[in-house]
Amino acid sequence: MKNLLKYMKQYRVQAVLGPFFKLTEALFELFVPLVVADIIDQGIGNGDKSFIISRGILMAVLGIVGFICALTAQYFAANASVGFAANLRLALFKKINGLNYTDLDTVGTSTLITRMTGDVNTVQTGVNLALRLLLRSPFIVFGAMIMAFTVDTESALIFLASIPILAVIVVAVMAITVPLYKRIQQKLDRVTLNTRESLKGVRVIRAYRQEQDSVEGFEQNNNELTTMQKFVGRISALMNPLTYVVVNTAVILIIWVGGKRVYAGDLTQGQIVALYNYMSQILIELVKLANMIMTVNKALASGSRISNVLSMENHVDTPTDKALLPESGHAVEFRNVGFTYLKAGEASLIDISFTANKGERIGIIGATGSGKSTLVNLIPHLYGATSGLVAVFGRDVKDYPDDELRSKIGIVLQKSVLFKGTVRENLLLGGKTATDEELWAALRSAQADEIVEKKGGLEAEIEQNGRNLSGGQRQRLCIARALVGNPEILILDDSASALDFKTEADLRKAMAELPQKPTVITVSQRVSSVMNADRIIVLDDGEAVGYGRHDELLESCEVYADICRSQLEKEEL
Amino acid sequence: MKTQKGTFRKLFEVLGRQKLIFAVSITLAALNVALTLYIPVLIGDAIDCIIGKGNVDFDAIITIIIKAGVTIGLAAISQWLMSICNNKMTFTLVHDLRSKAFKKVQKLPLSYIDTHPYGDVVSRVISDVDTLSDGLLMGFTQLFTGVATVLGTVVLMFSINWKIALIVVVLTPASLLVAKFISDRTYSMFKKQSETRGEQTAFIDETVGNQKVIEAFCHGDEATEKFTEINERLRKYSLRAIFFSSMVNPSTRIINAIIYALVCLVGALTVISDPLFTVGALSVLLSYASQYAKPFNEISGVITELAAAKASADRVFDFLEQAEEISDENNTEMPTAEGNVKMDNISFSYTPEKPLIDGITLNFESGQQIAIVGPTGCGKTTLINLLMRFYDVTDGKISVDGYDIKDVTRHSLRENYGMVLQETWLKSGTIRENITMGNPDATDEEIIAAARSTHAHSFIKRLPQGYDTVIGEDGGNLSEGQKQLLCITRVMLCLPPMLILDEATSSIDVKTEMHIQHAFARLMKGRTSFVVAHRLSTIKHSDVILVMRDGNIIEHGNHKELLKAKGFYYELYNSQFAN
Repeated sequence: MKNLLKYMKQYRVQAVLGPFFKLTEALFELFVPLVVADIIDQGIGNGDKSFIISRGILMAVLGIVGFICALTAQYFAANASVGFAANLRLALFKKINGLNYTDLDTVGTSTLITRMTGDVNTVQTGVNLALRLLLRSPFIVFGAMIMAFTVDTESALIFLASIPILAVIVVAVMAITVPLYKRIQQKLDRVTLNTRESLKGVRVIRAYRQEQDSVEGFEQNNNELTTMQKFVGRISALMNPLTYVVVNTAVILIIWVGGKRVYAGDLTQGQIVALYNYMSQILIELVKLANMIMTVNKALASGSRISNVLSMENHVDTPTDKALLPESGHAVEFRNVGFTYLKAGEASLIDISFTANKGERIGIIGATGSGKSTLVNLIPHLYGATSGLVAVFGRDVKDYPDDELRSKIGIVLQKSVLFKGTVRENLLLGGKTATDEELWAALRSAQADEIVEKKGGLEAEIEQNGRNLSGGQRQRLCIARALVGNPEILILDDSASALDFKTEADLRKAMAELPQKPTVITVSQRVSSVMNADRIIVLDDGEAVGYGRHDELLESCEVYADICRSQLEKEEL
Repeated sequence: MKTQKGTFRKLFEVLGRQKLIFAVSITLAALNVALTLYIPVLIGDAIDCIIGKGNVDFDAIITIIIKAGVTIGLAAISQWLMSICNNKMTFTLVHDLRSKAFKKVQKLPLSYIDTHPYGDVVSRVISDVDTLSDGLLMGFTQLFTGVATVLGTVVLMFSINWKIALIVVVLTPASLLVAKFISDRTYSMFKKQSETRGEQTAFIDETVGNQKVIEAFCHGDEATEKFTEINERLRKYSLRAIFFSSMVNPSTRIINAIIYALVCLVGALTVISDPLFTVGALSVLLSYASQYAKPFNEISGVITELAAAKASADRVFDFLEQAEEISDENNTEMPTAEGNVKMDNISFSYTPEKPLIDGITLNFESGQQIAIVGPTGCGKTTLINLLMRFYDVTDGKISVDGYDIKDVTRHSLRENYGMVLQETWLKSGTIRENITMGNPDATDEEIIAAARSTHAHSFIKRLPQGYDTVIGEDGGNLSEGQKQLLCITRVMLCLPPMLILDEATSSIDVKTEMHIQHAFARLMKGRTSFVVAHRLSTIKHSDVILVMRDGNIIEHGNHKELLKAKGFYYELYNSQFAN
């Protein structure tokens, strides 16, 4: 948690001045009952009208000075909390940008999004409130008590006794309810899940006539939720009546004890009114305090979650064995490469070796989960190999600065992701300095020029996540993006799955005609996508069970022959 | 105004048995207000009994203290009971509305569910119901308490001293005006803040959500630059919005403080000039003056809350009043079918402006395998929607074994179908619950046999609790392929006379697929099966191939006939081998 403080550093003056002015305001507020007591005892007691008027004006002045202090305090508090939150968000964003694939797998991106949005907002609200009230409320409560002591020690003992009782009530009710609220939230999540599930699975539910069952499942959770809510409701319903009883009992005691003191001549009528007013102030502050503790509690929880992300240490690659030196002349070289995902029991790649030279086409085929994507992800160093050597143009990928390495490689990931913005902005991700002609050339090769023309050219807007495009259109734009910048190595990770056979065939043809003659590595489940490659790697459970040309593999590799038989015509084989 | 009345009347109707509790709650609130207001009067009386040294009326004070004690006790009890009533009322209403809404989901036509984002429906069932009950019920009670407190205070103040009361009554609205003045001016800042926050959230959602792509393209610096720009803007707008809105509280307080000072000043002067106006009365007025503004602030808060609640209520009721599927209560039960499916001059469209299927007549015999092919988005699922009666044909009729499917119950029709969809769906629950959906009475042996035939057994048995492993939402950690195997096992266990397989093996790896082809072949034997497939090689031997394009069936026949026709199928089939 402490590591968050540095994001407040820039605002430390505001963070100190905020509470300071708030306390000054509280101090002025505490003087008011004393002034009222003076008015009653001296003004009314002596029938001194000018004294009353002067004290009345004093009260108004106290109010105005308090108001100015309050405004100043609010300004500093808002400034500090908003600035702090902005710093936190930026720090998080930068931190996330520095995470590698392994780190992202560990945390999960949806968690990171929640940290950056919901949690930071909660912290902002909490800090703002804490700067204003965290010191003020206890200050008023104890200040009122101290003021009571200055008025009359004996009556003040009533304050001394009632404040702990009030504190116990507030703390006890919250101690019971806060954990229960968490459980209620979990139950509510279940109810939400039931609802979402019944919508998402509507076809299956109806096809299997599960309507009644899902209603019963929902009802059960719904009933449990309601029972818990009612229970918590009953407990928190105690807070207000109990504090009310305690404070007013204290008031009665003040009247009784005070009455005796006045009778004895130790106290005046006005002072009793002052004590009564102090008691009322305490009640008002307590309610605020309870609300604030809830908010601050939530903020602390959010803060510690943010802190966890910020203090995350990046996963460090296993260094390559010094004895393994890359051979020069190859575009891509794998030598005895193994890879195991962090915290996974089994290796995803075992002892993979192959080379690809300039202009060569390599195909990778295998079942889902056989390690195809993992293999290609090692080339741009998205993951670092856990054993063996991966080299690009005669240099270990772990020795490259990431951006230099990745500028040589165009990769089309399995999931077609486009960003909100123009077509041009999206394509420029592939190469920052590309000209319009280059962009259009890439679009033509990717069979995407018609799509862009229809949408209105390079300036056409793409919506969030490419919502306004079909799956196949997105895929083709992603291919175009990878082609921009004329990469020397092009990786296509199952990137034609949403294309129909004809478009895919056209695409393959265009890839073969690229002017810079890149090394093309194609991952696919379809034999037709890889059968014309110079060499095909057949993966099975992370191991290369076949490596060679189509016709060679048909003869020698059982797994490959099986796949071909299931997909191709007899005459094709 | 008319719709508003409608909303409240509807709410009153759903309250049902809670109406009595509602009445009790309101009564208790009134009682509580009266008692709470009475306390300062008693305290004031007591103060008047304490005049000075040797001049304290202890007998009177005791009487007052006893009275005050009883009043405090009753006030606390009434407040407590009121909260209990409100709790019961609110949570019961929430429960009932959610229950109704969930049952509604089961009865809605697919056309509603398909055209409304799930998130929208979920937020109606979850958060709107909350806002509604919080806002309308609690809001109403608070409004009532607030108004009653204000009125009670005004009456009491006037009865004590009308001049001072007038000061309070005339000046207090000033604090409301100030509050309104500020909030009107901050509205635009809040709007800007929430717009910018929305923009930033969308940006975060996109970039962080696709962080891997950003990194693959080394796009982090550019993204950070853009983020910093949005972040700075948000900081600026947030600061303004938060600061200006936090001016409301001090501003109303300063006005209240001045009123308080005025009451004190005028009151003290009155005590001197008017022997009937005592110090006790002054303390009563002071205590009212400090409390008087509070309900006003609450009332203005409640009114905005009520407006939000009203909007939520409209959304909830709009959902609850959606037209349901045509009832099939009086339809006959269809017996186990042979599987002769007939489409008699059927037409269908999702929207009248865009006709899809137009006057198709087709006959399928029991045991035939019917393949549906065509490019993505050509409407293959539409046909499935019609067969399963997820949607009704707009014209013509579909019959199974001579029963018009509109004349039999949906359950009895669907019992005759086994369905595996491309989009796998598993409910959160155990593996066993998921695969026995169609046949809850299946024995362990039957379950294992079915799972073996689909090659699901080997991975199920490796799960921590085997068949009793609980899987999370949407299949949790299972891979797409594993989920699909479970869906296939589900069908294997109930063996209905007709099958619908929509890309049933699209996510299963090639090797496993080859293994379970045998199981499929066995399954399809003697059953009318409708198969949607991407890979044309798998459906070549079908009895009938329906070729779809742009929502309509443009060709049908077997593989050979269609190739000979050299139509769209021919083109489609050959393109997969083109190089």
